[in-house]
Amino acid sequence: MLKDITFGQYFPGDSLLHRLDPRTKLILTLIFIVTLFTARHVLSYGILLAYLVFAVILSGIRPGVIFRGLKPIVVVVIITGILNLFYTPGIPLWSFWIFSITAEGIRAAVFMVLRILMLITGTLLLTYTTSPILLTDAMERLMKPLKVLRVPVHELAMMMSIALRFIPTLLDETDKIMSAQKARGADFESGGLMQRARALLPLLVPLFVSAFRRADELAVAMECRCYHGGEGRTRLRVLRFALRDYLAMIFGIALGAGVTVLGVFGM
Amino acid sequence: MAPIIQTENISHVYSAGTPFELAAIRNVRFQVEQGEFLGLMGHTGSGKSTLIQHLNGLLKPTAGRVLFQGEDIWSSPKKTRAVRFQVGLVFQYPEYQLFEETVYKDIAFGPKNMGLSDGEIDERVRWAAGIVGLEGSQLERSPFELSGGQKRRAAIAGVIAMRPEVLILDEPTAGLDPRGRQDIIGQIREYHRERGAAVVLVSHSMEEIARTADRIVVMSGGTVAMDGTPREIFRRAEELHGMGLAVPEVTAVMLRLHSLGLDVDPAAYTMEEARASILSLKGGCARA
Repeated sequence: MLKDITFGQYFPGDSLLHRLDPRTKLILTLIFIVTLFTARHVLSYGILLAYLVFAVILSGIRPGVIFRGLKPIVVVVIITGILNLFYTPGIPLWSFWIFSITAEGIRAAVFMVLRILMLITGTLLLTYTTSPILLTDAMERLMKPLKVLRVPVHELAMMMSIALRFIPTLLDETDKIMSAQKARGADFESGGLMQRARALLPLLVPLFVSAFRRADELAVAMECRCYHGGEGRTRLRVLRFALRDYLAMIFGIALGAGVTVLGVFGM
Repeated sequence: MAPIIQTENISHVYSAGTPFELAAIRNVRFQVEQGEFLGLMGHTGSGKSTLIQHLNGLLKPTAGRVLFQGEDIWSSPKKTRAVRFQVGLVFQYPEYQLFEETVYKDIAFGPKNMGLSDGEIDERVRWAAGIVGLEGSQLERSPFELSGGQKRRAAIAGVIAMRPEVLILDEPTAGLDPRGRQDIIGQIREYHRERGAAVVLVSHSMEEIARTADRIVVMSGGTVAMDGTPREIFRRAEELHGMGLAVPEVTAVMLRLHSLGLDVDPAAYTMEEARASILSLKGGCARA
């Protein structure tokens, strides 16, 4: 049940997208998201959508997996769409009581829904094709300049990779504890809001206890291996840009710049 | 006599449609007879844990049916919930599910969910605590203050208190010292005897299973590979080795003696049997 959550999960593979340097992917994803917000016209959206579809095809990730990743945000998307539909001022095409639908509203709703879906798909693609370790490595490298400002970059990256590392473990644990309490007749699915909140107690208490236990064990294990932060630490895998990274970067930046220029001209 | 639980060719596929798709069990035909003590063995990943979670309706088979007393446990949500009380499942490391303020309240969690009266709950909690050897004063303590072995026993009491007709335990002695193991196995046998309930014991320890089980089922690669009495199973030592399992140490010794040319029983799996077999040999030699 909980195992079916694919958000933020990594799918091992050997596609071009998998082999790109994680820094390249991170930067390209950021450019994609920023560009998405400058798009105002069907043409811009069309170009970005084609770009996204192209990336999905390159990644070798099946569309079904992406749709499943989008499922948790369906409600948010629908609500955003409806709000945009009714609350955008303009010339009403149809009205009833206090509701009215305008041409501008339809346009805004469609674009907003597209924008959210594309944004999530883009980030899903990043996490699907990049292992959490590489992702935090990339973040650490990209944030390195901040060290001058005394930002503890290495520590932040380490905290993030530990957090990411424990998501599947804790999900597994949740699943197990849930099953164990269900075996004693716990009911997580019915009853009112209060009753449901109370029903979570047998799940949350053991989960917290075990999270603290794991954190403690990990800290001891790290200390046993003399971990003392990033000072003088070398890496097993050193990130290096390859030709494909330069090409992908040029392509992505050019596309982003192109769409932004289109946006400036109101397209 | 009809079996109390029966699976009709059940299969279960995890994460269907993703790269992680995995058929944990395939076409498993398995049954538990009324009141028997069944040992379930298998290498890690053989599908034991997946199978037992089907027996009380925690997992729904992707194909096939699970019958409890001849009725499909998935016929209605009410039925599924009722079966969870009649088929008690103790997970691996059950001490990690303790959550209440006191041991007493934690053991009472199951019976309370059954909707029993306060008097009945009290009677059952004290009875279950008695079976696992927890005393009166320990019941009022926080479960987090108990020792590892005591926590484990408190968690098992939480399931026993529901008085299930089938008690399933997934490696209840994992990670305990020899004394703790013996205590827990003894307590499970006591429950078995006192209630006449069927018990399914999942274990990696051949000694444990050899000493307690009437019948043994061996899982391998998601299917039932062997099903028979301990004697029948341990006779097939070669095959067991092939599945990454071993025979009890006594049997290993007897096998070795047999292969050295001594006329002993190579399938003896208890100390008493082995002793009798070796002594009879000695008697034979003396006569010759």
